This record gives sequence, C-alpha cells and structure tokens, in this order.
Amino acid sequence: MSSLTDTAAHAPAPRGGIAQSFSDSLVITKRNLIRMSRIPEMILFGLIQPVMFVVLFTYVFGGSMQIGNSTDPDVYKNFLMAGIFAQTVTFATAGAGAGIADDMHKGLIDRFRSLPMARGAVLTGRTMADLVQTALTLLVLAVVALLIGWRPGYAAPTDFGKIMLGFALLLLLGYAFTWIGALIGLSVRTPEAATSGGLIWLFPVTFLSNAFVDSSKLPGWLQPVAEWNPFSATVQACRKLFGDPGLSPSDAWPMQYPVWASLIYSVLIIAVFRTLSVRKYRRAEG
Amino acid sequence: MPGAIHAEGLVKTFGDVTALDGVDLDVPEGTVLGLLGPNGAGKTTTVRVLTTLLRPDSGTATVAGVDVLEHPDEVRRSIGLSGQFAAVDEYLTGRENLQMVGRLYQMRARAAKERAGELLERFHLADAADRPARTYSGGMRRRLDLAAALVVAPPVMFMDEPTTGLDPRNRQALWDVIKELVSGGTTLLLTTQYLEEADHLAHDIAVVDHGKVIARGTSDQLKARTGGERVEVVVHDREAVAPARAVLARYGPGGRGPDDVSVEEHTRKLTVPVTGGAKLLAEVIRDLDAVGVEIDDIGLRRPTLDDVFISLTGHAAARAQEDGNGGGLQRKEPAA
Ligand SMILES: Nc1ncnc2c1ncn2[C@@H]1O[C@H](COP(=O)(O)OP(=O)(O)OP(=O)(O)O)[C@@H](O)[C@H]1O
Ligand SMILES: [Mg+2]
Repeated sequence: MSSLTDTAAHAPAPRGGIAQSFSDSLVITKRNLIRMSRIPEMILFGLIQPVMFVVLFTYVFGGSMQIGNSTDPDVYKNFLMAGIFAQTVTFATAGAGAGIADDMHKGLIDRFRSLPMARGAVLTGRTMADLVQTALTLLVLAVVALLIGWRPGYAAPTDFGKIMLGFALLLLLGYAFTWIGALIGLSVRTPEAATSGGLIWLFPVTFLSNAFVDSSKLPGWLQPVAEWNPFSATVQACRKLFGDPGLSPSDAWPMQYPVWASLIYSVLIIAVFRTLSVRKYRRAEG
Repeated sequence: MPGAIHAEGLVKTFGDVTALDGVDLDVPEGTVLGLLGPNGAGKTTTVRVLTTLLRPDSGTATVAGVDVLEHPDEVRRSIGLSGQFAAVDEYLTGRENLQMVGRLYQMRARAAKERAGELLERFHLADAADRPARTYSGGMRRRLDLAAALVVAPPVMFMDEPTTGLDPRNRQALWDVIKELVSGGTTLLLTTQYLEEADHLAHDIAVVDHGKVIARGTSDQLKARTGGERVEVVVHDREAVAPARAVLARYGPGGRGPDDVSVEEHTRKLTVPVTGGAKLLAEVIRDLDAVGVEIDDIGLRRPTLDDVFISLTGHAAARAQEDGNGGGLQRKEPAA
C-alpha cells in the first residue's frame, strides 16, 4: 500500500487561466449532474410544469385570443409555443438559485473554498449542469408541442438550421437567467428563499412581453416595455426562425432585429451577472 | 525562521463576539501542534483563518512560507483541511467524492482515481465506496472527510476535532494515520477538547480560551503546571486510611510527607500526585499489600482539560457554552 505522504501524490502545479477554469467547471458540472440524476423527481417536476403550461394555455386561452387579425385557435397554438419555450428556459433560474443557496450553507463549500480550484468553477459548474437539464426539458417540450399540433413553418418558410438556431438562442437565454438565479442564491439565506425569490420576478418579466399575447394589443404605455424586454427579443427571434405566426410589427429595434437583440441581451446578462456572482461568492464568508 | 504555520496577532470579531483576540502560533515544519480549548474558545475560527476560509480583522499568517492573506490560492495548494463538520457531497458516492477532490487539486483523472481507491482502502471504506455518502454513518462520513483532506498528501494539514464521533478502533486507526503523516514530514495543526489526545499526538500544545492562547508548551510542561498524574486509592475501611496515607506519601512529589496526599474521609479516597505512569501502580499495590491495607479501587488519574483550565485560569472550562455538538460523548479517556 502506498504511503499517505507519497510525494507522487502532491498537488500538481495548477495550469491556471482558462484551461483550468474550464476543467474545474466541468468537474463541478459532472458533480451536479450526478446529484440531479440521483434526485430524479426534481427532473420530473421540471418536465411536468411546462408541459402543463402548454396544454393549459393552448386549450384554455386558445379560442379567445386574437393574434393579428386571426382568432383561429390553430394560429394561437403556433404563436404560443415560442413563448412557452422561452418561459420554460427562464425557470431554470429558480433551480440554479436554490442549488447554490443550498451549497453555500453546507460544509462542502468549505472544502471547495480551501481547494486550489478556479474561482468561478463552483458557480459555472452549477449553471452548466442546469443548462443540460434545461436542454432536456426543452427537448421533451418540443416533442409535446409537435404532438399537439405545433407546425414550424406554419406562417413562413423555415429550415432545420434556423430551427436549431432558435433553440440555441433559447438555451443561451436560459443560461443567462441561471446567472441571475446564481446571484439570488448567493444573496439569500435558504434554498427555499432562493426558489421563491427566483420565481416571483419571472412573472412580470415573462408576462409583460409578447410571449402569450399580441404585444400590439397591450395598453399603450406597456408596449415599449414589452418590446424592449430582453425576454421578448428571444420570443420574437424564435417566431421568426421557426416561421411561427404573430411576429410583432413594431419598429422597436429588438423587434426588427430580434436574433441579434436576443444574442446581445443574453451575452450582456451573462457578463454582468456572472461577474457579480463570482465576486459575491469570493466575498462570502461561511 | 518561521515555522510551516505561523500566525501573529490574529483578531476576528463577529458582531460583538470576539472570536479571536490576538492569537499567535508557530508550528515548526514536521511537527504537530495541538490546539486545545473548550467550546467557543476560537479553535475553529483559527483553523478557518489559516485555511483561507475567513479573513481576520487584523494580524498576519503564513502557511508553508506563503502569506495567507496575500496569496490564498498558493496556500490552498499546500494544505489539506478536515473541518469540524464533514464536508462531503451527500449524493455522491465515497469514491466520487474523493475523485472530485483529486480533480480539483488538478490531478489527472487516472491519478485521482487511483488515489481515491487507495484512500478508501486505507480508511476502511472500500465496502461502502460506491454508495452515496448520504447512507454513511457519522463516523464513516468523518473518515471520508479525512480521506478527502489527504488526497494530495499536502505538506501542511489542518484537522478540526478529527476524532469526534469516531469509535475506539477508528480513533486508533486515525492516530496511526496521523503518526504516519508526521513521520513522512507533514506539519499538522489539530484541534481537540481532550488533553489525552493532544498528549498522545502533539509535540506542542497551545491552550486557547476566549480567543487567546493562554499557555503553550509540551504536554509534560503543561502537566507539570497542572499537577500531572495522580494515583487514586479507595481503601476498604476507615482504619486503613492512615497507613495507606503513609505509604502513598512515599510516592508524592516529596517535601511535604503525608501532606502530599489529599484525603476524602467519607469516601475513604486518597489522592497523591505522581510521576512515572502506570508501572507505578503495581508498586503502590504491592506496598499497600505489604502493610495489610485492603483496597476497593485504585487507579491512575490523568489531568483533564478541566484540570488544565482550573490551574491556568482559576476557573473551569466554560461548560455553559457547551452546544451539544456531540463532544460530550467523547469524554472518556482513550486507552493509553
Ligand atoms: N460565523 C459566526 N458568526 C458569529 N459568531 C461566530 C461565528 N463563528 C464563530 N463565532 C463565535 O466565535 C466564537 C469562537 O467560535 P469557534 O467556532 O472558533 O469555537 P471553537 O473553539 O471551535 O468551539 P467548539 O469546541 O465548540 O468547536 C464563539 O463564541 C462563536 O459563537
Ligand atoms: Mg470548533
């Protein structure tokens, strides 16, 4: 048996920089994915919720919504899907926040903080694991959407590449929002607070938008809010890329160039909230 | 030259609680310092400052020659930490936990895997290696945590109450591990509430109370200040007290004759400070037998933390602060 003080087992010199950041984040991502796989009910609830939303919205509001000049439930159904997809990815915020709040108040965080690991890796690993979970949820949701009658290309021609780009923008938005969740998780005392804190602000963000209603039918003062809402940009981008009906005709820049707007918004959110979160993580004293 | 662990004037307050009130420490390379103190003395806070987890309000510290406040990242490469409460991921298996730690010390995947296997064997966790840590008993978790602290064979180790919650067999196994580490050149700071443990493992002992080091020295030096060991005898009947006292006086520190021996008449108990340990007991029994004293009980009593405290501070260790973290179960003296 080899000795406990075997110098062969001394810590190798850290590679430092991006390479180490990346590999440490992957180690933590793997850790979180293993955890998630051992708590499968969490994944299950994460799946049931958006599926319920799709079904409820389609059949409850479907007949009474006017999109452009149409009240055809089929139009609303095809209009709705991009909104539900986008809303679903933003819900990853709450999971990430709760997970990080939980980690911060367990002894394990002391282990991490006493290791020569990259500073942001605990948070980055968690957000990347959430991204994997979001992708899985989105996949299931897309299948359900197709089953109940979503038809990409319903209103305008599309192709596989565009559809994939749409989903990529959705995942990027979801990833950006997990960093907001991370900051919330680092700012509260309990995982429960992070869950509710991570959810409440999502309601105004996702409803004061073009996700569920035609934004041109909102009260006048709300229209600019909805049109400049980062969340709306991704919804509009998806509708455009998927060939869905109900594109906002607004002159607002994010509605005119939604793919770019979505990309810029998400990258900005990541840059700001990742910086704030990592700083807060480093300052937090157990 | 400063030691592998060196601290000067560490102060840390939490609100109006002064956890550290100017702690100075120096641990020469390759030695063990036992940090001894009651609940709330500041042991954990000291360890957290030295392991980069907490910034002190003032004071300086170096570990392995590196400034803890200026270059925490560099310090982290040289230390292993086993905190007071096990820091393991409940949903990961023991093996996954150790592999993860190895990877975060920047070991290659293969090396991390091999090391995890070795440590699991070493800490008697091989059978449970592939079960989530959530299913481990308290002692198993503690051992997993210690294994995690040893993943890279760090030159400087910190263990905060490492034997709390371990059964006698595993406590002995841990003592063996610690001795092996030290003979391999590792510098170790361990905290404990048990003088016996510090005595057994540490070269030097620092006694802390209310955030201050109130005494330091080898265990012999401390014991000398505390009165050291005592032989306690309970004789069978009252008439035997006087002859027993005369016999015991021969073993006392000398000079005061029978006054060295304290007597509790109603319990027929006689106590005398001695030096010489367990082998002395046989002689005492023989001598008492020779004068025809019948005894009910005889034993060697070692100084306890309480004794050290009473002699150093004039007050007993502040039991009121006891927070019931399980320490109470560990009061028994380990077999010497
Ligand atoms: N995060 C904190 N916030 C407030 N007070 C704290 C904090 N950490 C420690 N303290 C206080 O600092 C003092 C020293 O605590 P510390 O944990 O260092 O004691 P200890 O010697 O390790 O005790 P024990 O034997 O119970 O583990 C205590 O009075 C404790 O209440
Ligand atoms: Mg403590």
